[in-house]
Amino acid sequence: MLLEVNNLDVFYGAIHALQGISFNIQKGEIVTLIGANGAGKSTTLRTISGLIRPRNGSIIYKGQDITTVAAEQIVRMGISHVPEGRKIFAPLTVKENLRMGAYTRNDPEEIKASMERVYTSFPRLRERENQLGGTLSGGEQQMLATGRGLMSRPELLLLDEPSMGLSPILVQEIFNIIKEINSQGTSILLVEQNAQMALSIAHRAYVLETGRIALEGDAREVSNNPQVKAVYLGI
Amino acid sequence: MQKVSSQPSPVIHEPKASLAWIGQLFLVAVALLALYLVVSNLIKNPILFTQFVVSGLQLGFVYAMIALGYTMVYGIVKLINFAHGDVFMVGAFVSFYAVSRFNLHKWPETAFPGISEGLAVVIGSITVMLLSMIVCVMMAVTIERVAYKPLRDAPRIAALITAIGVSFFLEFFGALNFVFSPRFIPYDRPFEVVAWYIKDGIHRITEGQAPPDNSVTFSNIFIIIVLASILVQFFLQFLVRSTKIGIAMRATSFDKPAARLMGIEVDRVISFTFAVGAAFAGLGGVLYAIAYSSIYTQLGILPGLKAFVAAVLGGIGSIPGAFVGALIMGQAEALTMGYISTPMRDAVAFTILIIVLLVRPTGIFGEPEKEKA
Repeated sequence: MLLEVNNLDVFYGAIHALQGISFNIQKGEIVTLIGANGAGKSTTLRTISGLIRPRNGSIIYKGQDITTVAAEQIVRMGISHVPEGRKIFAPLTVKENLRMGAYTRNDPEEIKASMERVYTSFPRLRERENQLGGTLSGGEQQMLATGRGLMSRPELLLLDEPSMGLSPILVQEIFNIIKEINSQGTSILLVEQNAQMALSIAHRAYVLETGRIALEGDAREVSNNPQVKAVYLGI
Repeated sequence: MQKVSSQPSPVIHEPKASLAWIGQLFLVAVALLALYLVVSNLIKNPILFTQFVVSGLQLGFVYAMIALGYTMVYGIVKLINFAHGDVFMVGAFVSFYAVSRFNLHKWPETAFPGISEGLAVVIGSITVMLLSMIVCVMMAVTIERVAYKPLRDAPRIAALITAIGVSFFLEFFGALNFVFSPRFIPYDRPFEVVAWYIKDGIHRITEGQAPPDNSVTFSNIFIIIVLASILVQFFLQFLVRSTKIGIAMRATSFDKPAARLMGIEVDRVISFTFAVGAAFAGLGGVLYAIAYSSIYTQLGILPGLKAFVAAVLGGIGSIPGAFVGALIMGQAEALTMGYISTPMRDAVAFTILIIVLLVRPTGIFGEPEKEKA
């Protein structure tokens, strides 16, 4: 078991955002959390990566309790979070953004090699290497955010809405890359509103409804569920 | 942010619009008057004018060293650190004790008796400056930990008021008899002042000799201040552009949660920013004391405030802006002293602040602050 989330309770002030959710990720898997706006998907990721503290429950990563570990330490343990809205450092160049992704690492040669790998996956980023992050298009920013997330060489990648605001062609491209990243051994927790795309590449899925897990199972099973079909897939 | 309102309300805007020309006219008049003063005096006596420019450069380059700290700290925690001018003061006092009480500037001669005099003075003086910088760094980092860090998530105004409190504390704690004392203290320089005048070439002014009329004079202190300040500027540019911690500073100032997700220890980066700013202020304090040779516990207030104005003028948060703003402030002050009156020098600084806030609140290099959703 790579990650195990048990009975997580998260509050935003008086709002009970996560109401005792539990799920897990096995090594090598793509697991997706799908659900409507406000269901608590991003909150879940932010809690795992340490930006939010849960009130109850635990997060176990590789057998270690990381529930109260600070965000800047969690990256060092091998979890990388590509946040919602990309959160590119706009005044930094593409290269500098990637450099910050590798902040936890110190070997310049290996960092260079990782950067090279990111440029191979996203040739557009190489073309824009010295351009400011803020000047990139939405798709390029998503590529940069994903590449930056990979620069810490994570074992677990948390992706929050990678398809947001992208054209269908770009969405396809991004998802192909996610699959490729996964095939190279990185486990992925994917949060998506685009349930159809997410279910098409995931191994397993959890459906989140107003802070609770309403349904879980094999991605194919979930996508064949009549309710999921009606509500999330629009079939 | 522009508010979208369904009902137009032209009535409220009208009186404002009809009165705005008075203010604009006033500003234009002030600008024309300033321009007239500068140009007419430049034509009347260009040599005297140059002399004022030289003393303005000396002031401006000192302000630049202080202004960098204001602008860097603002860039990263959005706090106007009003205690910064007092860190500058402490820098001056540390060097005073090092020189007058402990003869620290003489250590190379004691340690290496055979050393050449010039080299001994250079090494000794640099040691004094380094000591002041180190003490200022430790003090600023402590202030940040004790006074500002607990308020990181509080409303900005709380930290601002605390900064003013820290500033008063340093000034009046320093004024206690067993600390620095409230008196003006003559400052012993770690090296001799050498001055030159320019008239048909550069000539050294021997002691007791008055420079001839119609000449421009400058001193070794002027040269040291200019060089040190430019060096500091280049060092900072290098730090911020090309080093890991420098890039992390820019990332942190842009988006703290995202920086944490990269593994950047935000608190450490903030401490580091305070430390760098304090080191420059400490160096500025030593050079200021050497140049003006008298120190007291409130000496940081006005240079600090003027450096703050300089940072606002250049666009707070912008490093080149602080530098350019400081040079403009130095010129404004020196020319005011020369052509209007000496007491007006402080009034001019704050007049500039008011004009900047009226005409272009973001400063020369500033960009309007983004509202984050």
